[in-house]
Amino acid sequence: MSVDVRIKKMSEFLAEEKAPEILFWVGCAGSYDARAQKVSKSIAKILTALDIEFAILGEEESCTGDPARRAGNEFLFQMQALQNIEVLNGYGVKKILTACPHCFNTLKNEYPALGGTYDVIHHSQYLQELIDAGRLKVEGGAFKGKKLTYHDSCYLGRVNGVYEAPRKVLEALDSDLVELKRCKTKGLCCGAGGAQMYKEDEPGDKRINTERVEEIVASGAKVVAANCPFCLTMLGDGIKAEEKQEEIMVYDLSELIVQSNNW
Amino acid sequence: MALSQIMFILLIGVVGFVGFKRYSRLRRNILLGKEPILEKDNSTRWKNVALVAFGQKKMFKNWIPAVLHFFIYAAFVITQIELIEIFIDGIFGQHRFFAPFLGGFYVFIISFIEILSVLALIATVVFLVRRNLLKVPRLKKPEMKGWPTMDANLILIGELLLLTGICCMNGADMVLQDMNDSHYVQTGNFAITGWLGPMLFGGMSAEGLIGVERFGWWLHIIMVLGFIIYLTYSKHLHILLAFPNVFYAKLNSRGEMSNMPEIMNEVKSMMGLIPEEEVSADAELPSFGAKDVFDLDWRMILNAYTCTECGRCTAECPANITGKKLSPRKIMMDIRDRAEEVGTALDSGTVTLDENGVYDDGRSLFDFITKEEIYACTACNACVEACPIMIDPLAPILELRRSDILNESAGPKDWLPMFNSIEQVGAVWQMPDARDAWTNEI
Repeated sequence: MSVDVRIKKMSEFLAEEKAPEILFWVGCAGSYDARAQKVSKSIAKILTALDIEFAILGEEESCTGDPARRAGNEFLFQMQALQNIEVLNGYGVKKILTACPHCFNTLKNEYPALGGTYDVIHHSQYLQELIDAGRLKVEGGAFKGKKLTYHDSCYLGRVNGVYEAPRKVLEALDSDLVELKRCKTKGLCCGAGGAQMYKEDEPGDKRINTERVEEIVASGAKVVAANCPFCLTMLGDGIKAEEKQEEIMVYDLSELIVQSNNW
Repeated sequence: MALSQIMFILLIGVVGFVGFKRYSRLRRNILLGKEPILEKDNSTRWKNVALVAFGQKKMFKNWIPAVLHFFIYAAFVITQIELIEIFIDGIFGQHRFFAPFLGGFYVFIISFIEILSVLALIATVVFLVRRNLLKVPRLKKPEMKGWPTMDANLILIGELLLLTGICCMNGADMVLQDMNDSHYVQTGNFAITGWLGPMLFGGMSAEGLIGVERFGWWLHIIMVLGFIIYLTYSKHLHILLAFPNVFYAKLNSRGEMSNMPEIMNEVKSMMGLIPEEEVSADAELPSFGAKDVFDLDWRMILNAYTCTECGRCTAECPANITGKKLSPRKIMMDIRDRAEEVGTALDSGTVTLDENGVYDDGRSLFDFITKEEIYACTACNACVEACPIMIDPLAPILELRRSDILNESAGPKDWLPMFNSIEQVGAVWQMPDARDAWTNEI
């Protein structure tokens, strides 16, 4: 069954004098990165299949400013944040869904001090809520019995304490979940945070994503579930560097749901 | 008044005086930092003190060191009861002042202290072996070379001497009690020295035994008093500072970097969100972030003095694990060392702080911490999570970045395209497509 997706913008809802149930904050990666675009599409498919009215900001969305802030560039962060808050408050946005833990964290924890307070939810939490409410049913069993592992992103896990929601979503897939040695509070970073994504590494023995991928290979898992576009890139690159891309697949939680349901 | 009483009172006086000076100096060094904005939620703060500081909750993520550490901690806390008696005995020339009042309960307390002391002894020996014979990576990092390792060993050796003191003091006392000397109150047998005392000192002359007992008593109190002063030169201040440090620890989400209202208001006025008059027009260009200890808030300097250099943060740091120079523990040590450097200059009396509370000797934190270190950080919060006493090494790292980027326009060149792209097109990459182009191909 394929889902016919049409994505509306906030401006269209406004023109119809309506408001969507939720705003999907796509983020830079979800908008422009070829890998992360697939995640955006998966989320759009799930929302559409469940008849959830959602909107995106489209051209009115701008980088949250997270990488600028963590790089130390507070001016740029403030410009981005205040501009986004103007837009969000202008539309009277209440609830925001993000597919990126960095957007999630900044919108949820850093915008309130600047005058932007919203109910922000990461898609792994949203998927869990939908499953618990019986709205989202995971069918098929494409991953039934498959050895699958989960990589905690720092900004969903350690920073915001969300460890269980993504694991519950994975349980719904009936797969054989194996935990990595460093998981939950001790989860090892993929290497992209703190604006490392945009620069070369400092000299060292190896790249952080290599360290993480070695652990994934040792776990024997054939599928790695992630919840962050930057983790997807880092883990994907690391797996390629180890020449394991034929054996180990990296997917976002939403992609696993879409594949299971054949959407 | 006996000579020993005069000596004791004199000793207390000297330690009191030196201690007061040393701890006042410590307080002054911590307060070189700026006033932090503290979240007002004292009930959570006290809860943290109870669970994390007293209860050592975060230590128990790793059971073996946690249990061993708990032995030493418990012995340290409970021994304070015995110290009260030592003080009374020392000043008034008494011997085991509490014994007649407490009777059987006295034996229980002293026995309890003795059992904990044995457990502490085991832990101390294990820690000495671990530090010197085993290759625990976090205890062998470059920043641990020299004084930090020596410091740790001195403390452990000091602990052994202290325990030796207790053993001599109580052990000889047990044998003297059996000799029915009226000066030695009949207390009944203590749990350990009740049998260990006769085994070690049985058959000695009364003079010899008194010598051993006095030696143990003085060694015990001298070690304790010496320790109070030594702490201020050492990494071991956590036994005192862990409590205020946990109390003052950040309560807001880890995910929130401290806001910079001066920049927020500047940007708001640029965007026409607030009238220009509301932005304070300082003639001087303000400095942002932290270049020196004066720019940090004092909570970060308290963090630095509280750090006991255990290295749990460094062991979890992804940059350090993969061989980068960054070590969160070293960042904390560097902040403390810089505060000490400034403190020593102030002690000399030849320099004073200016009206902004700053003293410029041409040096800064960047003489201790290299840019290579701060730019290797992934802001993953593993170090923050790892610290058993709620030290936050990430906060000063990000403040140092702010200083370098905002004041010096320095920082990794690789970041420039990202900054420019965000500024020009509102995305981290400069792409020709529209932001919603992905929606066309589902």
